[in-house]
Amino acid sequence: MFKKILIANRGEIARRIIRTCKKLNIRTVAVYSEADRESLFVREADEAYEIGKPPVSLSYLNIEKIIEVAKNANVDAIHPGYGLLSENPNFAKRCEEEGIVFIGPKHDVIAAMGSKLEARIKMKEAGVPIIEGVDVAIENVEEAVKIADQIGYPLMLKASSGGGGIGMQRINNSDELSKAFEGNKKRAQSYFGDGTMYIEKYIENPHHVEVQIIADVHGNVVPLFERECSIQRRNQKVIEEAPSPTISDATREKMLEAAVQAAKYIGYTNAGTFEFLVDDKENFYFLEMNTRLQVEHPVTEEITGIDLVEQQIRVAEGLPLEISRDSIKMKGHAIEARIYAEDPVTFYPSPGTITLLELPEGEGIRNDCAVESGSAVTPFYDPMIGKLICFGETREKACERLVEALKQYKLEGIKTNIPMLIKIASHEEFRKGNITTSFVDEYYLPEFQVK
Amino acid sequence: MTVVKANMAGTVWKIVVSEGEQVQEGQDVVILESMKMEIPIASEAAGVVKKIFVQEGDFINVDDDILEIE
Repeated sequence: MFKKILIANRGEIARRIIRTCKKLNIRTVAVYSEADRESLFVREADEAYEIGKPPVSLSYLNIEKIIEVAKNANVDAIHPGYGLLSENPNFAKRCEEEGIVFIGPKHDVIAAMGSKLEARIKMKEAGVPIIEGVDVAIENVEEAVKIADQIGYPLMLKASSGGGGIGMQRINNSDELSKAFEGNKKRAQSYFGDGTMYIEKYIENPHHVEVQIIADVHGNVVPLFERECSIQRRNQKVIEEAPSPTISDATREKMLEAAVQAAKYIGYTNAGTFEFLVDDKENFYFLEMNTRLQVEHPVTEEITGIDLVEQQIRVAEGLPLEISRDSIKMKGHAIEARIYAEDPVTFYPSPGTITLLELPEGEGIRNDCAVESGSAVTPFYDPMIGKLICFGETREKACERLVEALKQYKLEGIKTNIPMLIKIASHEEFRKGNITTSFVDEYYLPEFQVK
Repeated sequence: MTVVKANMAGTVWKIVVSEGEQVQEGQDVVILESMKMEIPIASEAAGVVKKIFVQEGDFINVDDDILEIE
């Protein structure tokens, strides 16, 4: 069994992993950049080592430095969290080579799913529905226009190595495609080191629904229901909930089954998420797979009572899953709101110092938060500074709690998206469960454009 | 003479103009990266770029000088 785990991450997710390790009596090692010296996760870990300058390329993405610390600190395993190195197959491979357990799937599975184009092909083989498109890398504008004519507009131009909405754009006609292609390709090249582009048909007003699975090394795969993540801004999630209020029980069963089938086909181990787009007739299509723990994992934990980080550690230790599809019951409803350090209307980041922080408390309220009063929010990392998760016996109850808790949330010194979250969570259409990925554009932003 | 300043802390991701270049009012001159987002910085005046004070990769703070327009 693991005695010591290094956490190759920062912020709220590093604290989240430390929490479960403490429960399991596992010692924790934090690594941090110069900018994070005063952070809560550094203080809460049993050991902490500074690994470099603030930019991620000089600290949190420095594979060899992290491996060196892991070896010197004599850890059994590394938990990569989400983002950063969590889906980097070279990092997983380096861990395997050094005899350190990487808490996640094997490096070749990460690599296969990391290429969205390759993942598409694999899912097709596994019998999972995929969005209509062409399974080839597109080299230039001329080729793109030719393929687009076959598929038809509107379509989605995507980067094969993309993430966080970067390199991705809705295209309505060949003019737009000609204008957008090179720019998106360049951006993908500069952000991900891979400018491979491909095209899929655009699904109108889709829901974003994803299935959480956990798989052990003995061939057992257990689905932990789904999460609805349709409320997004800049193609990034803002509010997530479980279960999805937009799909029927029959569709849920089909989606869970597809995820299990897909995980088995690719030999997946550890926690993973299959993301799907669902259209207005409840047809669902594979979008991408995240081969790691996700930001929004708490809503699944709240409705199942299962600690996902604990399950990840057990599976990484080689233990068989103790949970099964029949043993997991869905109880109630959970909603998560991401607290971003940003302007609530322009979505521009707002770095600075948090002069005061008082978190809401009460029954059914959970805070997974990275900061405290006096914390500096630096420009080097993601603007997400915390997550507020509310549970209720019903969706209505969970929504009410969320609005109340958001109103109690006291955070001063920087701008946050809390006013936006309150508006959305109180919105009539949101309450009705009428949520698609264009919710923010349709119901939230227009109010400000008029003024 | 106008000095274009940073409206936010961040890293200079791209410098879109060069010294001696004619720019319009409102034209993007530099793109900052802050919290994983690209923030374009526009010139507040039309004129010729006289001097650029930053390099790509530099970290700058709010109100730091970026370039001078004449």
